[in-house]
Amino acid sequence: MKLQTDMQVHRINDYLWEIPPSEKPGMLVPARIYASAAILTAMDRGVFDQVTNVACLPGIHRHALCMPDGHWGYGFPIGGVAAFDPEDGVISPGGVGYDINCGMRLIRTDLSLSEVQPKLELLMTELFRRVPAGVGSRGFVNLTRRDFRDVMQQGAAWCIAKGYGWDEDLERIEERGRLQGADPSHVTDYAVERGINQLGTLGSGNHYLEVQVLSDKGLFDRTVAAAMGLTGRDQILIMVHCGSRGFGHQVASDYLKVFEKAMRRYGIAVKDQQLACAPFRSPEGQDYFAAMNCAANTAFANRQVITHQIREAFTAVFGESAHALGMHLVYDVAHNIAKVERYPDGEWLVHRKGATRAFGPGSPELPDCYRAIGQPVICGGSMETGSYLLVGTDRAMQETFGSTMHGSGRTMSRAQAKRTVRGDQLLRDMKQRGILVKAVSMSGLAEEAGFAYKNISDVVDSVDRAGITKKVAELKPIGNIKG
Amino acid sequence: MSYAGTNVESPLQPNWEHFPHEADMGVRGIGPTKEAAFAGAALALTAVITDPAEVIPTQPVTVSCDAPDDELLLVDRLNALVYEMATRKVLFSRFEVHLNAHALQATAWGEPVEVARHRPAVEVKGATYTDLLVKQDQKGSWIAQCVVDV
Repeated sequence: MKLQTDMQVHRINDYLWEIPPSEKPGMLVPARIYASAAILTAMDRGVFDQVTNVACLPGIHRHALCMPDGHWGYGFPIGGVAAFDPEDGVISPGGVGYDINCGMRLIRTDLSLSEVQPKLELLMTELFRRVPAGVGSRGFVNLTRRDFRDVMQQGAAWCIAKGYGWDEDLERIEERGRLQGADPSHVTDYAVERGINQLGTLGSGNHYLEVQVLSDKGLFDRTVAAAMGLTGRDQILIMVHCGSRGFGHQVASDYLKVFEKAMRRYGIAVKDQQLACAPFRSPEGQDYFAAMNCAANTAFANRQVITHQIREAFTAVFGESAHALGMHLVYDVAHNIAKVERYPDGEWLVHRKGATRAFGPGSPELPDCYRAIGQPVICGGSMETGSYLLVGTDRAMQETFGSTMHGSGRTMSRAQAKRTVRGDQLLRDMKQRGILVKAVSMSGLAEEAGFAYKNISDVVDSVDRAGITKKVAELKPIGNIKG
Repeated sequence: MSYAGTNVESPLQPNWEHFPHEADMGVRGIGPTKEAAFAGAALALTAVITDPAEVIPTQPVTVSCDAPDDELLLVDRLNALVYEMATRKVLFSRFEVHLNAHALQATAWGEPVEVARHRPAVEVKGATYTDLLVKQDQKGSWIAQCVVDV
């Protein structure tokens, strides 16, 4: 097997590989990659370099991990997971990502494909109108600075209190959509300026809102799916992928500068400038954590406001209330975040960067409705291929700090994708294949073509067979909004 | 290299280009001086979003920053432009840069985003430390580059 690294990579089993600490000076723990042999072979060199760099960070516990959707990121690889001792370890914005609490949300309906298909054009137009996307877009919620402070601290709960959602939504959001310890006094005015007008906006790049269909053929586990309100029978669902927008990016950039200086003060050396970090218990580490929680709460609020707009759009098109249409939240989960979590072997500061929490059955953090089956895990694929719903397992709790993959992962640069296909041609091709796309930019659309991504089914099979999450359903796109 | 372009003030001299990155985009400015390379990198930043030739340089915005070294100064400078673009909802196409050690004083000229005319492809969210480099090559040209997150 020829890999894109000179390091020794040992096979643990068919879906788990280990790089021993002897392969790079400074590695404190082994690095582990979850992937099939085929996916591992195709992984870019950056994944091996970056996951072993993470294994060198002070206070890292047990392993540095990478999921099968792993690819070259900033500091951590995308798909990276690492746990640190909260007392002696570090916190790193490179382990969270610039788009703090970028995440996935899935909403079910009682509608079927045959009911939606005749009105799909109208529905997508209405969604496109109500959910601003792309460069320069503004949210419909006008916030004062005081309001925005409340959003930072209260997250999705602020939205519910203002009428942008249902009380029941909160129990189906990771951490009920509100991370504790969010302190706006540690957020710069620059970040506030960038974020204050963006609540309820989708953004651009790989962010999207997608109308999807679940056929009987797409159901892998009917019992678990039923517990999530998924019935098959060409059921319509809506998936949202977005995060904290420019606000989170500004928080990350601001603290990377702070940590550059802090590392000198604390005598920390890192293998990559993007891994700038500070001891978690240091003033700098705690300030970043407080600001990061503000950005994470804003992202939960962003997806909540978008959910409100989606429900309004469906009501406008189908002439029934969102309640009557059965538009319940299935789940909302982050894939760019750092959190202190309790496991059987202790309490750890878990960084997930392009990786999803995947708590197994019985986890006390899960709401009653999911405690018996495990946490829903939402993995977005490319706009052409579809997405998956999975569920967390006991094995994830034992091996990966309750973590798994988050999406399909790019295999082609944006420039190469644009050279390969024109956006308007892609739009027409997708329409012929039954996927209606509304995009702000044809150029941006071309950059997100399906061929620029790994095959998500292969990636999902890796985590399913590794046992760190189990497949529940495959969702196929029929409508997509891109920024 | 995916795209390259010329500065409006020296149309015969290509002064920016993009370089590939799997998920995002690399921006590179090239010029006879460090200032020109910084200006080229800023133009490359605009070119990630739209065709700079479509952006009419009418409104000036002044940006100043300082940093411990040239590389960090480039990131700060590009992030300052991203901030101005995001909060003012503008795009820039003309840049003037003055450097004094690791302190930068610069003016950028541009206009408000018009989606129909500018057809912005993506929103640049910030500059990163990845492939970050400010140096003079063997021929004497200055290069200023990094990957930007989109």
